[in-house]
Amino acid sequence: MKDVKVLGPGCKRCRTTEDMVRAEAERLGVPVHVEKVTDYAAIAGYGIVATPGIVIDGKVVHAGGLPKAEDVAKWLST
Amino acid sequence: MSTETSLVPQAGSPPPNPWLWSAATAAALALWFVLYSQLVPVSNWVVSQMPLERGSRLEDAIRFFVYDTPKVLMLLTLVVFAMGVVRSFFSPERTRALLAGRREGVGNVAAAGLGIVTPFCSCSAVPLFIGFVSAGVPLGVTFSFLIAAPMVNEVALGLLFALLGWKVALTYLGFGLAVAILAGWVIGRLHLEGWLEEWVRDIRSGVVDLPVAKLSIVDRIQAGIDAVKDIVGKVWLWIVAGIAAGAFIHGYVPADLLSGIMGRDAWWSVPAAVLMGIPMYSNAAGIIPVVEALIGKGAALGTVLAFMMSVIALSLPEMIILRKVLSPRLIAVFVGVVGLGILAVGFLFNALFA
Repeated sequence: MKDVKVLGPGCKRCRTTEDMVRAEAERLGVPVHVEKVTDYAAIAGYGIVATPGIVIDGKVVHAGGLPKAEDVAKWLST
Repeated sequence: MSTETSLVPQAGSPPPNPWLWSAATAAALALWFVLYSQLVPVSNWVVSQMPLERGSRLEDAIRFFVYDTPKVLMLLTLVVFAMGVVRSFFSPERTRALLAGRREGVGNVAAAGLGIVTPFCSCSAVPLFIGFVSAGVPLGVTFSFLIAAPMVNEVALGLLFALLGWKVALTYLGFGLAVAILAGWVIGRLHLEGWLEEWVRDIRSGVVDLPVAKLSIVDRIQAGIDAVKDIVGKVWLWIVAGIAAGAFIHGYVPADLLSGIMGRDAWWSVPAAVLMGIPMYSNAAGIIPVVEALIGKGAALGTVLAFMMSVIALSLPEMIILRKVLSPRLIAVFVGVVGLGILAVGFLFNALFA
């Protein structure tokens, strides 16, 4: 089970990012637990400056702007 | 530039050919220049096919609209594409690393400059602010960045270039940077760190080690195309509406109507324009075509630009977002310092562009 956190205060891109993560995980058949982190202090604690960010199993893999679907697939499958 | 979108590779397709992409981009640029050079004859022809009375006000207004709409959209597309490519060389994380621990003065200049080229969206303003301050970027330097980033943006520059010429666009760039540098420096000198919201001061941000993806030229061209799709897709309707309003003003408002209330001799019009701009929230896209039309009717350039800067840089919604990290007193200082800077720009512009 991969632990995925989507970091973002709740803008449209953050929601789209969350949907992308879920969709890619389902497509690849990877079991995931997706959690949204909206608290600014918590987001800053991960050291990212731009949102949305993606954290997989405690590791920041993306920060700022919509990720590409193929990249999301790559992060989920490694 | 719809020819380029069909080239976007689908997941699983073979890696894109950089030569093909570069050639396609060059061809698209060449096509752009050919189309642009033909705008005047084509728009004249289109207007001549309409059942309009020659020399009437309606014809004047429609001619303005038919010529300006494609011209502005084309120039904007070009500028946004170029900025999208440039921005692929920068990231907020890298900018923060460049600014952390920087002295004031040099830091303010660097922050304002980086504010133009670093990808930034206003919904990221708060995480960015916290991220900068907690990583050791001085408060005043952070403000220089936060003022420059929205104010001197590619849409404003592209539209000013398209409608008022490169001299005005460059002057706007210079004055916008000056306001960001000086306002940030002043805020830094005032030592207002204690006026941050308490929880912000306590945050020790982790330092993230993002994997730096090596971008190919194809990635950078794609970044430019994405920027065009994203930004032009979002603002084109505003621009068309703005040009329509501008066309109406152009055709129907008497030429000297505005010179009395918005002209160079009415000194009070500059502060009035700044005050009026604060509660208004619009992007540069909707407002600049109106600005052009107002100038054509005798409004002074400095007054109109001060209004524009105020609308963009001192917006109420952004202050509400920043309220989460700044105390009301700090927001008041921010508005005061930036407002004074914009005021100075308005008066200087009016003095320089007679």
